[in-house]
Amino acid sequence: MNDTFEPTIVAFLCNWCTFTAADLAGTSRLSYPQNVKIVRMMCSGMVDPVYVLKAFLEGADGVYVGGCWPGDCHYINGNLKARRRAALLTEILKQFGIEEDRFWLRWVAASDGIMFQEHSKEMTEKLRALGPSPLSVDRTIA
Amino acid sequence: MTAYSKLSVTEGSLNESLAALFKSMLEKNVVDAVLVPAHQRPKGVMQTLITEPGGLVQIDPFAPVVPVSTATLVSKLTNVPSGRPLAVVMRSCEVRALLELVKLKQASVEDLVLIGIDCLGRYENADYMKLEQNGSTSKAFLEAARDGMGAKSADEPHVATACKICEYPVSDNVDIRLCVIGCEPNEVFIEWVSDKGEEARKALGIDVQEAPSGRKEAVEKIKKTRIAERDKVFADIHERVNSLEKLRDYLAGCVNCYNCRVACPVCYCKECVFVTDTFRHPGDRYVSWADKRGSLKMPTESLLYHLTRMTHMSTLCVGCGQCTSACPNNIELSQLFRAVAQKTQARFDYHPGRSLDEPQPLAVFYAEELVEVTGQVK
Repeated sequence: MNDTFEPTIVAFLCNWCTFTAADLAGTSRLSYPQNVKIVRMMCSGMVDPVYVLKAFLEGADGVYVGGCWPGDCHYINGNLKARRRAALLTEILKQFGIEEDRFWLRWVAASDGIMFQEHSKEMTEKLRALGPSPLSVDRTIA
Repeated sequence: MTAYSKLSVTEGSLNESLAALFKSMLEKNVVDAVLVPAHQRPKGVMQTLITEPGGLVQIDPFAPVVPVSTATLVSKLTNVPSGRPLAVVMRSCEVRALLELVKLKQASVEDLVLIGIDCLGRYENADYMKLEQNGSTSKAFLEAARDGMGAKSADEPHVATACKICEYPVSDNVDIRLCVIGCEPNEVFIEWVSDKGEEARKALGIDVQEAPSGRKEAVEKIKKTRIAERDKVFADIHERVNSLEKLRDYLAGCVNCYNCRVACPVCYCKECVFVTDTFRHPGDRYVSWADKRGSLKMPTESLLYHLTRMTHMSTLCVGCGQCTSACPNNIELSQLFRAVAQKTQARFDYHPGRSLDEPQPLAVFYAEELVEVTGQVK
């Protein structure tokens, strides 16, 4: 099963940093797994927990939230709010069998295309090993 | 050490003695009104805002029923403050929820004299109505429940599960306490807890007496029993509902009526996202969801609703059990939410209702904290 399983990762990326980094990865011809489906947000601080929950309930195998490093937020502290919410969400998800490896919050600077590529590869690998989310619909990446 | 006074209760007159106390508060202008549970016509007990001493005839503060959390009612009374001093009679869970609403700026305790009653649990509304019709009195309930859980025999209704697992039989953060735990039958002690309470005592001209001797031990005993029961319930829920499929099964009866969030004293959104256009989908979306998995349970998004509520209020959950009471399909929501809340509150070392000085977990954030969430160090 794990040989053919390709996880779907929904990535909510901050416009000012992680999204720019993903863009930079692209323009630098750094390839990263197609498993990562990007949703561009204005700030990691506006990723409402309900978006993350919805993604899991719709069958996402993992959710990645990318924000600016503490101190670098375009809106001063949106990323710090995101971190509090992520801690809360992790506690809730853990209780219902959604492992911590399925929900990531990471800081990626706008200049760090390489880091975004690394995170994408690492998370995809981890989820391949972990297998499909219990709510995953049976499907492969087109 | 706070001061105590004894309120003597002669046979059958618990409520009369309490009415005399409140009457004195109104007449001596300690407060302009008292919010206190009172019998309604033709049946039931509801919180009642009483300004005329004559209205005190029907009061029954220890009636073991809470149709609506008093925190919700006090929010209505103080959201825009009346500017008039009010006494409110509340249970521990209601006081704790009220303090959370104060932090959310949806209530105020400025003009209030908070009177906390010892809580030996409450029945579900329907059960209480039946007991009331059968002539059951609060005094009889207290006598039977004083040492324990309130259930007298197997075929009689039990107090709500939320109450059986509540480790707070005594209200903290109040001005005055009406104590029955560790007191003799026919005794109610008034504890003058805060400065405001002490001022009230002086204004009422009530003498200080010796504290009830066995109170501390009796309170500890009840706490211990309830904590043991609570931990059993938590362990059971954590084991029984440890996956999203099991959560879906646990919530299988949910019809998206949203009664649980209406009843919840700390569900704070003025407009719930689940009743907005966000969740009013066009027909083709439902059909496409059905397409994706071959079938679609309707109404949809029950699981999303409950999980969202957990992200909103689990850190503030006071375990009052109103969600369970409000559920038309007997889903044991309170146990589930408390079990989740145990984990989320622990993550932030937060105790709802403990102190007005403790900020709510999602209302603050710091640069230097929770480094383990991303695990990244610059």
